[in-house]
Amino acid sequence: MLAYAALITGVGLGSMYGLLALGFHVTYAVSNTVNFAQGSTMMLGAVLCFTLWVTFGWPLAAAIAAALLLCAAWSVAVERIAVRPFVQRGSNSWLMATVALGIVIENIVLFTFGKDPRGMPAGFLTTTYVPMGGIKVQALQLLIPVIGLLLAAGIHFFLQRTRYGKALLAVVQNRDAARLMGIDVERVVMASFALSGLLAAVAGILVAPLFTISSTMGTLFGIKAFAVAILGGIGNAWGVVLAGLIYGIVEALITSLLGSTYTQIVTFALVILALAVRPSGLFGRAEVKKV
Amino acid sequence: MLGVWSMLERYRPANVLLTAFIAAAGLAVGPALAADPVKIGHVAALSGGSAQSGEAITRGLTIAIDEINAKGGVLGGRKLELVQRDDESTPPKGLTAARELVFKEKVAVIFGGIDSPVALAMVPLLNKEKVPHMAVWAAGTGITRNGANPNYIFRVSAVDVLVDVKLLQYASEKFGAKKAGLILINNPWGESNEKGLIEAVKTNTAIQIAGVEKFENSDVDLVPQLTRLREKGADVLILVGNAAPGAQVMKARERLSWKVPVVSHWGISGGRFPELTGPTAGEAHFVQTYSFFGKQSPVGERVLAALKKKYPAIKGPGDIFAPIGTANAYDAMHLVAMAIEQAKSTDGDAIRTALEDLKGSYQGLIKTYSKPFAADNHDALGPSDYIMVHYEGDNVVPVY
Repeated sequence: MLAYAALITGVGLGSMYGLLALGFHVTYAVSNTVNFAQGSTMMLGAVLCFTLWVTFGWPLAAAIAAALLLCAAWSVAVERIAVRPFVQRGSNSWLMATVALGIVIENIVLFTFGKDPRGMPAGFLTTTYVPMGGIKVQALQLLIPVIGLLLAAGIHFFLQRTRYGKALLAVVQNRDAARLMGIDVERVVMASFALSGLLAAVAGILVAPLFTISSTMGTLFGIKAFAVAILGGIGNAWGVVLAGLIYGIVEALITSLLGSTYTQIVTFALVILALAVRPSGLFGRAEVKKV
Repeated sequence: MLGVWSMLERYRPANVLLTAFIAAAGLAVGPALAADPVKIGHVAALSGGSAQSGEAITRGLTIAIDEINAKGGVLGGRKLELVQRDDESTPPKGLTAARELVFKEKVAVIFGGIDSPVALAMVPLLNKEKVPHMAVWAAGTGITRNGANPNYIFRVSAVDVLVDVKLLQYASEKFGAKKAGLILINNPWGESNEKGLIEAVKTNTAIQIAGVEKFENSDVDLVPQLTRLREKGADVLILVGNAAPGAQVMKARERLSWKVPVVSHWGISGGRFPELTGPTAGEAHFVQTYSFFGKQSPVGERVLAALKKKYPAIKGPGDIFAPIGTANAYDAMHLVAMAIEQAKSTDGDAIRTALEDLKGSYQGLIKTYSKPFAADNHDALGPSDYIMVHYEGDNVVPVY
């Protein structure tokens, strides 16, 4: 019973981590940079969806669409403000700059949205239960892994099989060569950030009904998702999503079997151990360095 | 040190003269001095997420002060005057505010707010400067039980260790529970209650602790924690945490279709527990010191009427947010005024002595107080004064 309950919890949460980690993967694969404001972007997705739907009374579909678009736009802004200027000068300061922008947006949300956590009104996906061995599993909990896997499959297919996707990957290998081949490098990088923002927003909107919405809801998610991205091998879309599932399940199993006191200690220790054994991640390939 | 003493020795005659002069001057302008207001300090969260708690306390103090002043104030005609400072829920800000009230405003007592860490930060200063402090919300055990002697810190509110006694007692008496599953927030507050609950179970043979589980504010799914408690045979959940994570506990319980009773500390009363939890919000019973719902005593009727008159937004009990802040502050202010009368002065030490040996009884909102404090007990309320309530819609109403 314990392990079974953990499995159900773990798959749901794990897909969440995977979705967010996919965002890290996308920008890394294209530009070798990541947006550390990913957790805040997830929060932004949930907050925008809630505000437009509940506070402003928009239809749900419109609220979701607007939240997704705004998060994509926000991530493009992050790239413009906090990544591109540093990359152009060969600096790694985008690391700190994206973290800082994340904190800025969290505080803006704190002032505008308020300190009180809010709850999404119940809907079809949260009130429809599928009984599975003593636990009522919400339809949404089943939908999250499906969406996660579909998105991973879509991104994998897009990057590996389509012309445009290959163009994206070409950018990371050699910017100048890609530019000579007629690829608009700036636009490609921008698109990858927009996509990562979109993924974060999807994660935020999906988790919102299961969780409470507040300016800090994305912080720990962002950290865990980055751990997951590294664990899965950040260059591999499937690896990242699988690592998310593994992380989620292991985390829930530890809580169930050892008790909640040990969850964070043991989970993060396991991540470090896994990386010590496989430095390029569970499913990653070591980068080939041509000498 | 020696230098200072010898200096005092040298100037002793001058000191005596000076004192005599001041005394004479005091006599001469006696009536004018008597009309000076007695300043009552209040340091609480007046902005930020807990601003409502500060406002609730302010309302309780204001209603009580209006009543006292209408009857002529204290010490033969001196009116009470409230001086407030915002601690922004941060201990350093609270400490700065307390210093200002003590040294610049020269308040007679300082009332506190919702945050135990702020109160704990002010305790050493107030004990050193001999300024009585009246805590009216913060429940941290160490606030009043701080080891100082003499101790200038008093409280009219719940106390964590005593709440823990009440929670277990209620769980066994109301629900016939025998094995309590503790589900606690993973921070110092949760930890202090874990200790309190483990201590409380020693004096309550009716109930045992089945297991202890912790959760973070950021935990999304608490099914694993609750599953563990269920496997250990818990027949009641004792919850310590704020509204948002508390709601996650209730949601996980619902997902497990586990109809176990939930008995909670008052953390879930802040925030938007019903909105966050959904339909099972009313199934969590939690502790309060007072409710304006249900049949009111004459004092309750009077305060409710005064609140409606003073704050037009209040149309009924449902509009009184954070009622415990208002109720505790109202009673505490009256007790402090009685102590000032009895002390015949606004001197901190005299007020402390009077509070520790308050003569007569006072019929307050929460109860009739007779000898509410003693030298070894600075908490006016105990487990038998706490009431259990639950949510009905957005209203907090007593459980009968």
